[in-house]
Amino acid sequence: MTQHLPVAAAAAQSTSNKGLTIGLFVALVAVTLVITLWARRSTRGTGGFYTGGGQFSALQNGIAISGDYLSAASFLGIAGIIALSGYDGFLYSIGFLVAWLVALLMVAELLRNTGRFTMADVLAARLRSGPMRTAAGVSTIVVSIFYLIAQMVGAATIVGQLLDVKGASAQIWTIVGVGALMIVYVVVGGMKGTTWVQIVKAVLLIAGAAMMTLWVLAKYGFDISHLLGDAATASKKGDAFLQPGLKYGSTDGWSKLDLVSLGIALVLGTAALPHVLVRFYTVPTGRDARKSVNWAIGIIGVFYLMTLVLGFGAAALVGTATIKEKDPSGNTAATLLAEHLGGGAGTTGGSLMLAFVAAVAFATILAVVAGLTLTSSSSFAHDLYASVIRKGRATERQELVTAKIAAVVIGAVAVALSIFARDLNVAFLVALAFAIAASANLPAILLTLFWKRFTTVGAKCGIYAGLVSSIGLVLLSPICWGGATGTVHAVKLTAAQAKDCGVEASSKQVGNATALISCTTTAPIPLQNPGVISIPIGFAAAVLGSLVGSRRRRDQESDRRGFEELEVRALTGVGR
Amino acid sequence: MIDPAASSRGDTPWIGDDPRFTELRATYRRFVFPMTAAFLLWFLAYVLCSAYARGFMAAKVVGNVNVALVFGLLQFVSTFGIALAYGRFAARRLDPLAAALRSVAATHPTVPAPAGRGGDQELTENQA
Repeated sequence: MTQHLPVAAAAAQSTSNKGLTIGLFVALVAVTLVITLWARRSTRGTGGFYTGGGQFSALQNGIAISGDYLSAASFLGIAGIIALSGYDGFLYSIGFLVAWLVALLMVAELLRNTGRFTMADVLAARLRSGPMRTAAGVSTIVVSIFYLIAQMVGAATIVGQLLDVKGASAQIWTIVGVGALMIVYVVVGGMKGTTWVQIVKAVLLIAGAAMMTLWVLAKYGFDISHLLGDAATASKKGDAFLQPGLKYGSTDGWSKLDLVSLGIALVLGTAALPHVLVRFYTVPTGRDARKSVNWAIGIIGVFYLMTLVLGFGAAALVGTATIKEKDPSGNTAATLLAEHLGGGAGTTGGSLMLAFVAAVAFATILAVVAGLTLTSSSSFAHDLYASVIRKGRATERQELVTAKIAAVVIGAVAVALSIFARDLNVAFLVALAFAIAASANLPAILLTLFWKRFTTVGAKCGIYAGLVSSIGLVLLSPICWGGATGTVHAVKLTAAQAKDCGVEASSKQVGNATALISCTTTAPIPLQNPGVISIPIGFAAAVLGSLVGSRRRRDQESDRRGFEELEVRALTGVGR
Repeated sequence: MIDPAASSRGDTPWIGDDPRFTELRATYRRFVFPMTAAFLLWFLAYVLCSAYARGFMAAKVVGNVNVALVFGLLQFVSTFGIALAYGRFAARRLDPLAAALRSVAATHPTVPAPAGRGGDQELTENQA
């Protein structure tokens, strides 16, 4: 069943692969630039820039939501985790999917009916505008930049692997190139251009994944049990490969709690991610927002089921050891599987499949970073500049120009930070972005929409407490302090890692050699994912701030009266 | 951001007092709150089993298919099911009420629809 071609043959063929892959990359970039230029002709004013005029259909927006959500991390990443750690990758994708029910039932429609451009619109519709826009704007920009850095650093690694180029300058040029393209998409095409790029990419991604899934299943005569058995055998971990626990919660009680924490943050974070929220504004009505989430749930769900087959398929057909050799984090599992399905390394079919999947992965990265840049520049221009700095005195034109300048500046900052962070292990930033969204944004959004006694002070407390506690907990976690403990067992060090950490290679002191601050000091809090602590802190601060924080009765009264009006608008869509 | 007219609304009837609005809100909440609690608990049960009940999750059901895989796939089934159910429920029970209330707001200017949506207010401020 499994056929491994000699590595030497692969090396000899890598030049023609590279040519093909680069050719497809260039073609895709050309297509997206044409879309962007086309979108520019019909994009007018701030509404056009922020939401594409709110004129996308539910199906189009549903596909775009799926595109935004199925980042390279969830396509290559989840398939990779499944290929290396088996079942635990599936656990990730379940959290990512179930999360959409929170968005569907409690957020999408109500948000669309009460806001226009940004997350802050909803809070400002009921509570005091200035402090709400400042808090929500800060949170939006922080979450988006963390997410952006994770995507861009990931992009540098992935593109390097796909094109088989290594070294610092290749990584830096990849980051700069991705950054420049995303700024062009956003500044020229606005939301309309960004959304169409997202739709094209999502269709390619889903078509590619569907083809590979059917291919893998056909190889096993559509016998799932047989596929699972082969994967378990090939992984050399046996049945454990098909059970939870190889990656998460494998040591002591803290690591099990960490798994629960991750699950909670994934489920509660999605519905409060700013770049997901702004997607609900690109359709005409609340009803369309609901329908687009339903489309997205269908597409994302089916996609994750396909990654399950792809991940186990890669483990069974390519082999866990081969995948790990190419990239220890497993990001190349999907591309190696594509090459294998096409006929193996060195064959024309193999090269074609590899180039196709690599180009789709590249398009994925470009589309997702463009969406993030658009979200954060919109929030800067609409919330911080127009409402807080200019206090509503800016003209629409000034706001639009500011949004475009903000896109360039935020893009440049993200490029600079990503270049600085390119050697760090930044995968945790995605989980951190979900944790911040769940701890800071979700309490504010839900309590604004559903709790009569919520106040401006409460919202401020919730947002800032959630933001500070989730970042603070990560600063105290094994991500920053890598000393070996009962939770994070000592790892085998390479010579280079031992030198970086300043210990002997035989040392048993180091649990995380890529810790950001010190790899020998023990972390004060052994949790990698802050959610299980920071989400309750965010909700508690929001509730307590509302109950005890507002001294002035008049403010409390006006915050509560605003609730009745918000509720009518949220549920009926009146006033739209 | 408060509707300047709201404080003087006093006894003026508005949509918020319409019995159909009360019904809309109650219908919406009766579906959404219990359903949200249910799927969150159902997911939590799954995560807790993955962390703490590994023997149970490892039990084989058919061939190499174990409880963990079936439990995970059931999360997909329940998510699809709830999404479809809510879509149909909203179209049948919520949308007609909301549409009726919107047409009341459009045809009776004396029954003030709450103005002052975040963005609108800013536009007026811009023009001022």
